Amino acid sequence: MIYREAGQFKNTYASDQAIFPIVQDRVIVIGLLAAAFGVPLVATEYWLQAVLIPFLVYSLAALGLNLLTGYAGQVSLGTGGFMAVGAYSAFKLATAFPALPILVVFPLAGLAAALVGLLFGIPSLRIKGFYLAVATLASQFFLVWLFNKVAWFTNYASSGTITAPPRTVLGIMVTGPEATAGVRYVVMLALVMVFALIAKNLVRGRVGRCWMAIRDRDIAAEIIGIRPLRTKLLAFSVSSFYCGVAGAALVFLYYGSAETLAFDINLSFLVLFMVIIGGLGSILGSFLGAAFIVLVPIFLTNAPEALGLGMPVALQKHLELMVFGGLIVFFLIVEPHGLARLWQISKEKLRLWPFPH
Amino acid sequence: MSVKRLLIGVLAAAVIAGPMLLAVSAQPKEIFIPLLVYRTGPFAPSGVPIANGFVDYFMLLNERDGGINGVKIAWEECETQYATDKGVECYEKLKGKGGGAALVNPYSTGITYQLIPKAAVDKVPVFSMGYGMTASADGRWFPWVFNFPTTYWSQASAVIRYIGQKEGGLDKLKGKKIAHIFHNSPYGKEANPTLEDLARKYEFELTLLAVDSPGQEQKSTWLQVRRLNPNWIFLSGWGVMNQVAIKEAISINYPMDHFIGNWWSSSDADVIPAGDGAKGYIGATFHAPGAGFKVHQELFRHVYDKGKGAGEKARVGEVLYNRGIVNAMFSAEAIRTAMSKFGNKPLTGEQVRWGFENLNLTEQRLDQLGMKGFTHAVKVTCEDHEGAGPVMFEQWDGKKWNVVSDWIPTMKDVVRPKLEAAAIEEGKKLGYTVRDCAKEK
Repeated sequence: MIYREAGQFKNTYASDQAIFPIVQDRVIVIGLLAAAFGVPLVATEYWLQAVLIPFLVYSLAALGLNLLTGYAGQVSLGTGGFMAVGAYSAFKLATAFPALPILVVFPLAGLAAALVGLLFGIPSLRIKGFYLAVATLASQFFLVWLFNKVAWFTNYASSGTITAPPRTVLGIMVTGPEATAGVRYVVMLALVMVFALIAKNLVRGRVGRCWMAIRDRDIAAEIIGIRPLRTKLLAFSVSSFYCGVAGAALVFLYYGSAETLAFDINLSFLVLFMVIIGGLGSILGSFLGAAFIVLVPIFLTNAPEALGLGMPVALQKHLELMVFGGLIVFFLIVEPHGLARLWQISKEKLRLWPFPH
Repeated sequence: MSVKRLLIGVLAAAVIAGPMLLAVSAQPKEIFIPLLVYRTGPFAPSGVPIANGFVDYFMLLNERDGGINGVKIAWEECETQYATDKGVECYEKLKGKGGGAALVNPYSTGITYQLIPKAAVDKVPVFSMGYGMTASADGRWFPWVFNFPTTYWSQASAVIRYIGQKEGGLDKLKGKKIAHIFHNSPYGKEANPTLEDLARKYEFELTLLAVDSPGQEQKSTWLQVRRLNPNWIFLSGWGVMNQVAIKEAISINYPMDHFIGNWWSSSDADVIPAGDGAKGYIGATFHAPGAGFKVHQELFRHVYDKGKGAGEKARVGEVLYNRGIVNAMFSAEAIRTAMSKFGNKPLTGEQVRWGFENLNLTEQRLDQLGMKGFTHAVKVTCEDHEGAGPVMFEQWDGKKWNVVSDWIPTMKDVVRPKLEAAAIEEGKKLGYTVRDCAKEK
């Protein structure tokens, strides 16, 4: 960045292994987080409900998929299905055990999704690359079909819709119609923060290194003693855990109620695009990708109006799709490694600025 | 490289600043109505005529009468593509505009389910005309949601009654095979419980066949139909699914006059692609097709002849266009009713809710509106947000829809008890309590 780390010496292993070894970085990140928690004080409900909460939910899902696809190298199109598992199991848990704290429901729903992910990860031991992507499609279609078909999952609701029941944390409404967008945002932010921290530490540690070894060359990894079975299945289950929590949050903190249509194949593609555009194998990339996919269309929809260009909504929508598609192509040409890489390059350039030579 | 960097910079700034540009312009002199439309995407063939009918009717009121009782109507469209998350975003964006939305028409059952919990919190009445959550017709549990003139459950009962008429009496239904082909979504599933109840009551054999969204692929479904060879088929489809279903029915030579679409499965866009084969296809409706009513003449005179029409003149009178008119008319009349109590000024959602709840649209009033025979009288009460109005059947003759039945009454005795039970269940899910209508007066 513009600042340099001159004079900052690392005397301990701990300081050497810190996530943000530079003091300035630490200050900025902590400041950003504090600001993020303060957002509900100033943001309108539209901002929270239509922009920030979906951004956080999708970030969590992208994070999950990034662990699997970006770090462990297993392409998956089953994200929507795993998110559905999280959502429906959270719904079943929350309605079957009303006394269960909602903050316990989310990890439990993640665990359910992890189990399912484990199961659908088994084919990854035999098939690779695009073939695996097609195999994970099966989980997408099967899971969504299952939740549509078996009425038990929706508590026999005639419409097949699951609705987040009203639940409180410390006496504050967190889910259900009475929960304000601000509260739901803060809960979501806290969830994302905790899980992002865990993910960051996972990928820096032994587990993450095993995943990357498998990603880069599985035979070589096997030869040096990494067990593909355990590593790949662990990647699938951890990734599904994240997706499951994201799915539960999608229904409980964002939509309020949902049907299986919310978890269709489009969702899987959307999250995959986030990961690819944001940057494979990067925690930051998951957030950048989610921001790109969630925020840019909203901006493009509102831009003509803000500029005073009144135009029919259909034209506006078509323009949005064209510009958005163009931007995706543009970014992939400029930097095939995603927005995270772009960020890294600009950081390096700024470090030398204004004397690049 | 510098251009590239500039572009990235501009974009980054734009993404951050973008949603901030949402200027909220207060226009307290007008009634603001947000319109969630879908003019693009796979559901556009159904969405465009509805949106046009809507806008044209409001334009007519503004041009001819200067609005509702002299208060102009302002509206803004927001494209949802029939997607639930986009719909919620649109709602959040528009609900506070123009001094606050007077009401919202979600135009999608999925979006309706999202907006029902918000309605009571934001104090914006949800008007889901003939769609949405059937249970919300119980106004004691759902004071903010209205789904008159009739619901999916009532419609299903009217369809069975119509089939009974054709077969020569409801007792003749015994042993008949009826298939329900439905869009595999909350919308499509809505009619199932009622059909199951009626199947038990009249002892016909009901087969439920789900088609996954969006419904382009129905080969396996129609293979089942061919094997089953049902006496009647009832279709609950939407968008592209309807055209495909009708084409598939033609390809297995299914008799079209035994194929009934619900009111979202029987519009011009559904039958035209199938060509002559679709002749005889029957659809349910709660308003007449065609452009032969006085209201259409007024629309031509005040809107289209001035070049202010939202769509093509030739498409005025299409089934879904007319549905847009009916929906806009109900909304406007509810606002008018509210004005009789709160005065001729822009109203809050709370006041418009009162208007909806006390709406009494008589045949006389319909005549004044130029809609005599176009739709039927509706009376909404605190308990009953549905009205359980009768349903009419129309048939496609290859060129246009023709009404082929009287108003067929629904089976309120079957539907209402189930509806009240469902309202308790759905209401409790949201943590609602029942309201005492005797105290409302």
